[in-house]
Amino acid sequence: MTAPPVLELRDLRKVFPVKGSFGRVTGEVRAVDGVSLTIPQGQVYGLAGESGSGKSTIARMIMGLAEPTSGDILLDGVSILGRQASLAHRQRVQMVFQNPGASLNPRRTVGQSIRVPLDAHGASGDRRRRVGDLLDMVQLPRHFADRYPHELSGGQKQRVAIARALAVEPRLLVLDEPTSALDVSVQARVIELLESLVADLGLTYLFISHDLSLMRNFAQTVGVLYLGKIVETGPVAQVFRAPQHDYTRLLLASVPVISAEEEAMRPVIPLINGEIPTAEDLLALREQANLKEAKT
Amino acid sequence: MSALLSVERLSVSFTTYGRRTQVLHDVSLNVPEGAQIALVGESGSGKSVTMKTIMGILPIPPAKIEGGRILFEGRDLLTMPERDRLRLRGTAMSMVFQDPMSSLNPVFTIQDQLGTILKYADRRLGRDRDRRGRYARILEVLGQVRMRDPERVARSFPIMLSGGMRQRILIAMALLSEPRLLIADEPGTALDVTTQAQILKLLKDLVTENRLALLMITHNLGVVRETCGYTYVMNKGRIVEHGQTQSIFDAPREEYTRSLIAAVPRLTGRDA
Ligand SMILES: Nc1ncnc2c1ncn2[C@@H]1O[C@H](COP(=O)(O)OP(=O)(O)OP(=O)(O)O)[C@@H](O)[C@H]1O
Ligand SMILES: Nc1ncnc2c1ncn2[C@@H]1O[C@H](COP(=O)(O)OP(=O)(O)OP(=O)(O)O)[C@@H](O)[C@H]1O
Ligand SMILES: [Mg+2]
Ligand SMILES: [Mg+2]
Repeated sequence: MTAPPVLELRDLRKVFPVKGSFGRVTGEVRAVDGVSLTIPQGQVYGLAGESGSGKSTIARMIMGLAEPTSGDILLDGVSILGRQASLAHRQRVQMVFQNPGASLNPRRTVGQSIRVPLDAHGASGDRRRRVGDLLDMVQLPRHFADRYPHELSGGQKQRVAIARALAVEPRLLVLDEPTSALDVSVQARVIELLESLVADLGLTYLFISHDLSLMRNFAQTVGVLYLGKIVETGPVAQVFRAPQHDYTRLLLASVPVISAEEEAMRPVIPLINGEIPTAEDLLALREQANLKEAKT
Repeated sequence: MSALLSVERLSVSFTTYGRRTQVLHDVSLNVPEGAQIALVGESGSGKSVTMKTIMGILPIPPAKIEGGRILFEGRDLLTMPERDRLRLRGTAMSMVFQDPMSSLNPVFTIQDQLGTILKYADRRLGRDRDRRGRYARILEVLGQVRMRDPERVARSFPIMLSGGMRQRILIAMALLSEPRLLIADEPGTALDVTTQAQILKLLKDLVTENRLALLMITHNLGVVRETCGYTYVMNKGRIVEHGQTQSIFDAPREEYTRSLIAAVPRLTGRDA
């Protein structure tokens, strides 16, 4: 018997009402519009897509910070939605946010921040030692437990945020742009750390990012989100080598690269009136072409 | 090629709480007429301090210029009379800032904001232009930054525009005074990749069309390669390496540059 995937999203939807003047509902935004995906244990699933495509809304629903309009979220084969889902089960998903500065309480020491989830769980044993172990895990010196966030660099803060997420021994980490505020050299070390945690703890990641080059190197599977829908998905090497959807092609064509080899693999998007087309332009063109084809 | 802008052995320090820290050490760089030059480095390396010193917007104190010269068309910006300097800033050289939202005033229309800048630039250049003439110039410059509907954009408030459109407005602002040097600090890095690609292409097209020189300040090596033929690499307040962008990326000489380039994830994956 094979184990169920660590995370499974089934036809997940989130509709936000759009309110006009006097709070009247004048329409709706389908922020997440029927997303299904599975992530097997030990894998990194990369969710790509532009601002407003619905990435964070998916993350928030997985974290229980927003309620799905419909669909289901399963962790290790068991739904985490509804009243029957236990808190302990829910807490096996943790999240690391984009801005390491904002996600840590400036008045708490590193040790206190990491201890909060331990206290909430009534975890037994010597908590101080556990904090030390967690700092080891994220490769920070143990004496950092007594420091305050303002005494840390961006990369160090992000390590603390990861340590805090690891405190309750999660199965899945949702990483929402975890390195986009960091320098490339610092980013490289944080990514290395995240990779070593997969090997050491068997963690699984849902990795949300704008940075397709980073995604190519970190994720095994990629899903490209456009207007709340996954328009293309597959092994990252394959999708990047031969993107099928116009939107994926446009995204890849836009990535600034540093070598001729990378440039050669970027799709070439024809200019429209001398300008780089937008996604809407491209999809409108495709629609026209389809209509023409349907007629002939 | 003669240098339009030439920074020579610039040293700058900051004094905070009685402690002096030198943040620029003998920084030298050249921006030839019509050239596209990048200044690249990691957070805190001194890019913005360099740019602010060139623009004359460094807060002195706490900052102090310890030495060096900044020549614009052969004249030293650091020693010329304040009046001359003010005339150059915002006319002969303009800045494009990174964060559109904090550089735009939310309560004024685009037309109002561009109009104020234009009036100011006209006064410095001793130009006379009436309301009508200003409006015409505003529509022209909005067209230059490829706004599809300049009249509607002119009437809009910043909140009504997308991030990419706001970044275009900042570029339009910089173009109003017909500068010869454009200094861009991380343009488009707060935007989606597709929008960023459009902004970078716009900048490239504009500098060729108007024969502008561009000094691009960024930590993104990909952006550097897309826009600039020549690159200066900065680390801890020092220029550690400079040369043709492609040769620096293909064969960096300095250990620091090598490690910086090695840290950039590749679209081709690791094994490529
Ligand atoms: N609480 C809310 N009320 C109404 N609309 C919302 C709400 N939260 C998100 N949305 C809308 O849902 C859509 C998806 O937003 P989301 O934050 O998930 O995008 P994202 O892909 O994370 O974007 P980014 O890359 O900018 O973080 C957007 O159109 C957004 O305006
Ligand atoms: N007003 C100030 N007072 C004291 N120190 C300052 C001040 N402004 C900048 N510095 C210091 O000068 C150094 C260079 O900063 P600068 O802003 O030029 O970096 P940067 O290369 O632009 O970095 P980033 O990529 O993060 O924008 C830093 O060590 C910074 O702390
Ligand atoms: Mg988001
Ligand atoms: Mg800066």
